[in-house]
Amino acid sequence: MAVLLIAEHNNKELRPFTLNAATAASQIDSDVHAVIIGQNSADAAKQLSELPVVKKVLSVEGAHYENFTAENFAPVIVKLAENYSHIVCSANTFGKNLMPRIAAHLDTSQVSDIIKVISPDTFLRPIYAGNAFATIKSNDAKKCVTIRPTSFDPCESTGGSAPIEKVEASEEFLNTKFVKREEIKSDRPELGTARIVVSGGRGMQSGDNFKLITEIADKLGAAIGASRAAVDAGYISNDHQVGQTGKVVVPDLYIAVGISGAIQHLAGMKESKIIVAINKDGEAPIFSVADYGLEADLFEALPQFMEELNKLNTIQK
Amino acid sequence: MKILVAVKRVIDYNVQIRVKEDGTGVVTDNVKMSTNPPDDNAIEEAVKIKEAGKATEVVAVTVGEEKAQETVRKALAVGADRGIHVKVDGILEPLAVSKILQKVVDKEKPDLVFMGKQAIDDDCNQTGQMLSALLNWPQATFASKIDVKDNKLEVTREIDEGLETIEINVPAIVTCDLRLNEPRYASLPNIMKAKKKPIEEIAASDLGVDVSPRLEQLKVEEPPKRKAGIKVANVAELVQKLKNEAKVI
Repeated sequence: MAVLLIAEHNNKELRPFTLNAATAASQIDSDVHAVIIGQNSADAAKQLSELPVVKKVLSVEGAHYENFTAENFAPVIVKLAENYSHIVCSANTFGKNLMPRIAAHLDTSQVSDIIKVISPDTFLRPIYAGNAFATIKSNDAKKCVTIRPTSFDPCESTGGSAPIEKVEASEEFLNTKFVKREEIKSDRPELGTARIVVSGGRGMQSGDNFKLITEIADKLGAAIGASRAAVDAGYISNDHQVGQTGKVVVPDLYIAVGISGAIQHLAGMKESKIIVAINKDGEAPIFSVADYGLEADLFEALPQFMEELNKLNTIQK
Repeated sequence: MKILVAVKRVIDYNVQIRVKEDGTGVVTDNVKMSTNPPDDNAIEEAVKIKEAGKATEVVAVTVGEEKAQETVRKALAVGADRGIHVKVDGILEPLAVSKILQKVVDKEKPDLVFMGKQAIDDDCNQTGQMLSALLNWPQATFASKIDVKDNKLEVTREIDEGLETIEINVPAIVTCDLRLNEPRYASLPNIMKAKKKPIEEIAASDLGVDVSPRLEQLKVEEPPKRKAGIKVANVAELVQKLKNEAKVI
């Protein structure tokens, strides 16, 4: 039986992690179908049909799907599930919210946040904030799997031409009503997919001081991250949080500024290719994972860092 | 309004966990255990709603072995009115826990069920959503703000793109984010008082729920270690290393 991938999108276009989830799905079985549920989402459905790993697209349209409410999405997928061996989506807030609702309806024990497909029924996943890796075999007839997007490369996005099939909408769930979404718009790269991330912690001391980080991020074409402490303190909004309960990032370069390196923060960034730590406390745990550590006062180091960057002839973007 | 809050006993968030040499799990003997951190936020929120006169009773429930009862006792010490301990040994998957909680909900008939959004041991992030599926109730996951309005809740949810606000009709499930509130500490007099509050013990086997695992944990291992890095003397050296050695800028 084929694998059913749940596409994440904004009704206009696919969200980038759909491509990572498609790769994971194709590692489970080469026969991948993808379902897209939304309102006026034809363009995104077409994009989905162009992913070479996707063999068939199922499109479900309805006004009650506009805001991706799990209570409305789950019945559609549960109904489709009889034809599939696996249901797959990303372990971001979209998938985390949705997949367990599907799994419970299917009486399946979900495997969350996998980082590797070992075989169609066996997966590797981090536990305890990534301080241990568990190899998990699922004995359920149908498997519900969420994948850690940064652990799978995005699939090719063009060249495919899968047929798009319409599927009937399910009834609206009336006890949940969408009110509003406050998205923080930014011209910077997305935190989850950025090549460089510059993150600030409690050591930044105020939201204003984050401009020191912003400047450097702009110079490097980087995304801005933060520790939970910085978000809790109100220095920066929650969508920047990196860590066990925030986002997991795997950039080529992660610069941690004024971040001590609690286990919960390391969980979100320690797979980064190169890690830089700037902290005035030489004993801070962040140095134990840093390739390059600079023991310094960030208020002196960051302006100097900016100066040094300005001296460079070229900067990779 | 009656609020049921589910709490889980986990290895304390400050403990650096160790993987057992035989690969069967992590070391839990003589390791400090605590209530799963966002479950503390769930209790706090329920108690605050009661203090604001919008709830009549807060019931704390846990599912697990004998010692799991400590988490219920702690919830009682910070303001829950009574406790329920569903006793069961061995590994429990979120699906099994949600089926047990469904039975507790059938019996207790709460208007709201609160719990943490994720347990910091297995990091599954499933139980609340599964319970709401089984009950066919609305779910507000990753809540960082809750407004109680008659028979509705307005909940602000933390999502990857920012914040989302939804309105859900009671009865409903809410899973709580760490930013929802600041959990209080139990005062000594309240800890003493909590000892007199009732905790009902229920054997999971009496609930008629199949809790047998569906997943096999074949192996638990240490993640690959990062090799030790170097300390640089100054910013100029750092930038030079990033440019010429790591070649990332």
